[in-house]
Amino acid sequence: MSSDLYREIILDHYKNPRNYGKLERPDLTSRESNPLCGDIVEIQMALDGNKIGAIRFNGEGCAISRAATSMLVEYIEGKPLEEVKEIDKAVILEMLGVGEIGPSRIKCALLGLKVLKMAAYAHLGAKLSEEELREY
Amino acid sequence: MFHLHKVKTVLKTHSLDTAAIRKDFPILSRKVQGKPLVYLDNAATSQKPEEVVQAIQSYYRSYNANVHRGIHDLSEEATAAYESAREKIGSFINSKRREENIFLRNATEGINLIANTWGKKNISKGDHILLTIMEHHSNIVPWQLLAKENGATLKFVDIDDEGKLMLDQAEEMIDEGPRLLCITQMSNVLGTINPVKELIARAHDHGVTVLIDGAQSVPHIPVDLQDLDSDFFVFSGHKMLGPTGVGVVHGKRELLEEMPPFLTGGNMIKEVHMTEARWSDLPWKFEAGTPDIGGAIGLATAVEYLSSLGMKNVCALEKELTKYAMDRLIDIPGIHIYGPRDLENRCGIIAFNIDGIHAHDVSTLLNQDGVAIRAGHHCAMPLMERLKIPASVRASFYIYNTQKEIDVLVESLINAKRIFGS
Repeated sequence: MSSDLYREIILDHYKNPRNYGKLERPDLTSRESNPLCGDIVEIQMALDGNKIGAIRFNGEGCAISRAATSMLVEYIEGKPLEEVKEIDKAVILEMLGVGEIGPSRIKCALLGLKVLKMAAYAHLGAKLSEEELREY
Repeated sequence: MFHLHKVKTVLKTHSLDTAAIRKDFPILSRKVQGKPLVYLDNAATSQKPEEVVQAIQSYYRSYNANVHRGIHDLSEEATAAYESAREKIGSFINSKRREENIFLRNATEGINLIANTWGKKNISKGDHILLTIMEHHSNIVPWQLLAKENGATLKFVDIDDEGKLMLDQAEEMIDEGPRLLCITQMSNVLGTINPVKELIARAHDHGVTVLIDGAQSVPHIPVDLQDLDSDFFVFSGHKMLGPTGVGVVHGKRELLEEMPPFLTGGNMIKEVHMTEARWSDLPWKFEAGTPDIGGAIGLATAVEYLSSLGMKNVCALEKELTKYAMDRLIDIPGIHIYGPRDLENRCGIIAFNIDGIHAHDVSTLLNQDGVAIRAGHHCAMPLMERLKIPASVRASFYIYNTQKEIDVLVESLINAKRIFGS
């Protein structure tokens, strides 16, 4: 892991998280914690037909988990709910702009994605794959 | 939180030569991220001196055999070494009788043993168990399960704003007559040393049985079980220079004799017939299956090592480091240190947070400078809730740490603040 993990853009999303807060009337809500470190992420979505009309997140977390979630929700807002299925670890790493993250911190980076998938999949009637469950 | 001021405690002197001690720990010369390792995660597990590694190797190389079974030289040598380890470890904590010391995997397993045997038999509907808010999960969860199963309740003694146990409250709650008092001798987060001797005496006046969690205390302060008079006492070997996989549960003989076995099978029986069995004598009644023989031998070597340094010296050295670290850490703007400021009542664990930087990020950035610390809830989530923090950074010291290493920690923290612009 190199110090570019704390690049300007990650610190910016950490200090000024996008779409942070709660929705008044969410259609979908999901929440998960990382038992190793106690990080918590909650994501709420209001649907607009098949699309994600509005999305907010809140919780408690480190720079990596918060920045990754902030970038993720900013990216997915307005897109079809189905598109959540396409996002994987590689997409998150690309958003963060890092090549690899060590095994102890990768769970931080992927916590938001896990919560987003839990909410979306419950609505779509899909399940997290074995691979996804292992990774998160 | 408390006001920031320098620690004013007068320190006891010690006669230890840290440079010489460091030579006994080969791992300390390795590098992490290209920098010299600064190992400050001793409350999680300590490093092991060469002597301990050698003792374990020697068992596997020269006299590996099962204990209490074979009528052959190897087995007799292994049995003698295993039982002599029990003697050495028992005298290190000044236990009254050899057979009161049971080898298990660790403190956690010891508490589970007590909950599942003494607890199931003695704690019933309407009883309550008294704990403290600073207990490690291992001294909470087994009691939660037992309470649910047997219809008992749990009560918790609180801490004051400085992180010391509220003694008046503890005394009042002891006087209410819980069935059992479970308390740590030293907090794994706050570093607080609790006055367990006084609390045990008060508990006994009210007929309350007491379990002491010594996982953090035995490695760092002199512990004398006959002086404490605890009913049950547990600790792990790996935090005190010993290997992982071996720990001790100490119980008073009269209590242990009344208790049903926990794990059952080989080694813990005298006779087995098709439908019934007779239990072995203490301590073997509680040591089912082949024990961690090499681990016990390694732990005995670890206590010999600690005894040769002298536990009073160990404690004095750590307090000196703690004072130095506190004085330097306090000067970092935006730092919040948890736990007592008075070194009389604390030892070498310092948990803290820095404004605007999550503990995990601190940990990642320190690792880049070779500094190993712990970040998270330290298996003490009720305490984290009490302190109203999700996580904290924890630096914990041992006999091989130096003031220079603390300087590296402080410089690295200042660098983390610079990166985060906080």
